[in-house]
Amino acid sequence: MSAAEQARTRTEAQARTGTEAQARTGAHPRAHAAAGRRGVVVGPVGLAWRPRVFWYTVAALGAVGVLIVLGVAIGSTWIAPATVLRSLFGLETGPDAFIVSTLRLPRVLTGALVGLTLGVAGALTQTFTRNPLGTPDIIGVTSGASVGAVAAIVLGGGSYSVSAIVLGGGIPVAATIGALLAAAAVYGFGWRGGVQSYRLILVGIGVSATLDAVTSYLLVRAKITAAAAASQWLVGSLSSTSWSSVWPLLMVAAIAVPLALATSAALGIGQLGDEVATGVGLAVQRHRLVVIALAVVLTAAAVAAAGPVGFVAFVVPQVGLRLAGTNRPPLLLAGALGAALVLAADLLARSAFPWQVPVGIITTVIGAPYLIWLLIRHRKEMSR
Amino acid sequence: MTPTPDTTTDATVPVLEARGLAVGYDRHPVLSDLDLRIERGTVTTFLGANGCGKSTLLKAFGRVLKPQAGEVHLDGTPIRRESNRAVAKKLAILPQSPVAPAGTSVLDLVMRGRNPHQSWAKPWTADDADVAEQAIAATGLTEVAHRDVASLSGGQRQRAWIALVVAQQAETLLLDEPTTYLDLAHQLEVLRLVRRLNREQGSTVVMVLHDLTLAARYSDRLVVLHEGGVAADGTPADVLTPELLERAFGLHARVVADPVTGAPMIVPEADEHDVVRHDELAGALNLG
Repeated sequence: MSAAEQARTRTEAQARTGTEAQARTGAHPRAHAAAGRRGVVVGPVGLAWRPRVFWYTVAALGAVGVLIVLGVAIGSTWIAPATVLRSLFGLETGPDAFIVSTLRLPRVLTGALVGLTLGVAGALTQTFTRNPLGTPDIIGVTSGASVGAVAAIVLGGGSYSVSAIVLGGGIPVAATIGALLAAAAVYGFGWRGGVQSYRLILVGIGVSATLDAVTSYLLVRAKITAAAAASQWLVGSLSSTSWSSVWPLLMVAAIAVPLALATSAALGIGQLGDEVATGVGLAVQRHRLVVIALAVVLTAAAVAAAGPVGFVAFVVPQVGLRLAGTNRPPLLLAGALGAALVLAADLLARSAFPWQVPVGIITTVIGAPYLIWLLIRHRKEMSR
Repeated sequence: MTPTPDTTTDATVPVLEARGLAVGYDRHPVLSDLDLRIERGTVTTFLGANGCGKSTLLKAFGRVLKPQAGEVHLDGTPIRRESNRAVAKKLAILPQSPVAPAGTSVLDLVMRGRNPHQSWAKPWTADDADVAEQAIAATGLTEVAHRDVASLSGGQRQRAWIALVVAQQAETLLLDEPTTYLDLAHQLEVLRLVRRLNREQGSTVVMVLHDLTLAARYSDRLVVLHEGGVAADGTPADVLTPELLERAFGLHARVVADPVTGAPMIVPEADEHDVVRHDELAGALNLG
């Protein structure tokens, strides 16, 4: 047999390997590759049936439900969960119903929605930048919102009380405007015949640093009471929430979260890099603009309601990713985990200390070590 | 939108055509005023020294790089006038050393090649699953279909990316250095797969390669780029001459017939550092 013949035989043998292997195991090729992947026909690529993602999401949503009831039940006076549930469904009247629906429920719902929107926004930005450090903060949203809010508090005239300004709509509106302007600036400066993720990250860091300097300047020249109020806003707090914080947040979440879920298939394509994504027919720049816009709107709404609640958008998608074992953070799981984290943190902030601690401090203190623990565990799994 | 004439069946229209093309980065053209036609059903390889613009040209053909001047036509239609999705049904591209995110299985990856054939109105179907699995089988990856792409060997990983492109069912494949970082056996494996796709499915293949001998062995046509233009264009035997190698690569080499296939094979001439003749090497090392 000549060398050429040998080579040809070898190629043919290689080409056949796959089919022969199936013949040996008696498995039909279809059955082999498709095992464990019944296509659920939702959306363009079809959501693959991933039981792990599904059950973790169900569990996280269950935890959110329990935490909402507990969050309303626990406070200066204990209200039995059964009473809470009856009040929620309008079956209870009297003082408890008032405490539930007017005093505690807005705060708890705001917390849940802030966590949901930050979690989904973080999952979006970390996926499209292909970088776990790609949080909404780096596209300028948080710094822009901070400048807006701090300016409103410090320059906002006679009243330095946070709640007074909040009720007047001042801080959320100023924060939202600041967030949107900063994000537009980052996108604009990052544009060079299209935006690339790494450019957005670098430009975002630059813009954020500049805006943080402005915030610091405002704090330095502010009166001490205003500076204290601004500092409290800057760590993220749910203490001055009311129904007027719930509605805008609920509206944004109701529109932007389903839209984010609809981009899921495109996110999976975009993850392969600009050239591959273009190659398989994704309009990369348009997709990126949509994802950035959704992340910005979600984050701006959350920050306007509660200030920059630390670490949620960064840590929650990473936790979701590791729990689910997928190649990108599942959006809904990240949202549910975000809601659970903020609710649990707020519960601790309100009840575990003799004084009220801003929720943003607790989310960071819980979130960061948990992520580190997950990373260590993951490393052990990898090296095993 | 004006209806575009269906030219896909017209054999006289080239699959891809560059007309007066200038491509480059930051206003510095790497290639300029370039006209090139890619014929249907052929394997064409772009060759040239580092920085000659062969990958740049491939990117312009694949519409991932906007030309500075001129146009690329796909089946007779300007490629930038069609939607990205419509182009993706006819043209698949594989960039140099793509990276799959951690946790992506071969099947996950290959399924994404079906993207141009899906929409909200026509989501993931059993047909898509069949095509993805056939692509996996054709690239010999059925055994590892559920493995993480990152855990595969270099050759398997490259075949997984080729499977993605195969699942796209586009008539034309653009492959940018599909053999980079692979050892010789794996390079052959990839190029044989490419040749088989060309022979069995009639795919038109345009690729960039570094290895001249392998390019000669697996291509119908070689296009050598040099100093902003085409230095040589034709069959491997016509193109790969000592003069061309000297001119385009600054390489002093002999061209001999490959003893197996008869294709041209490049053997660099010796210089003063190649002092020891290899038939004398054993003696020089006192092994004989």
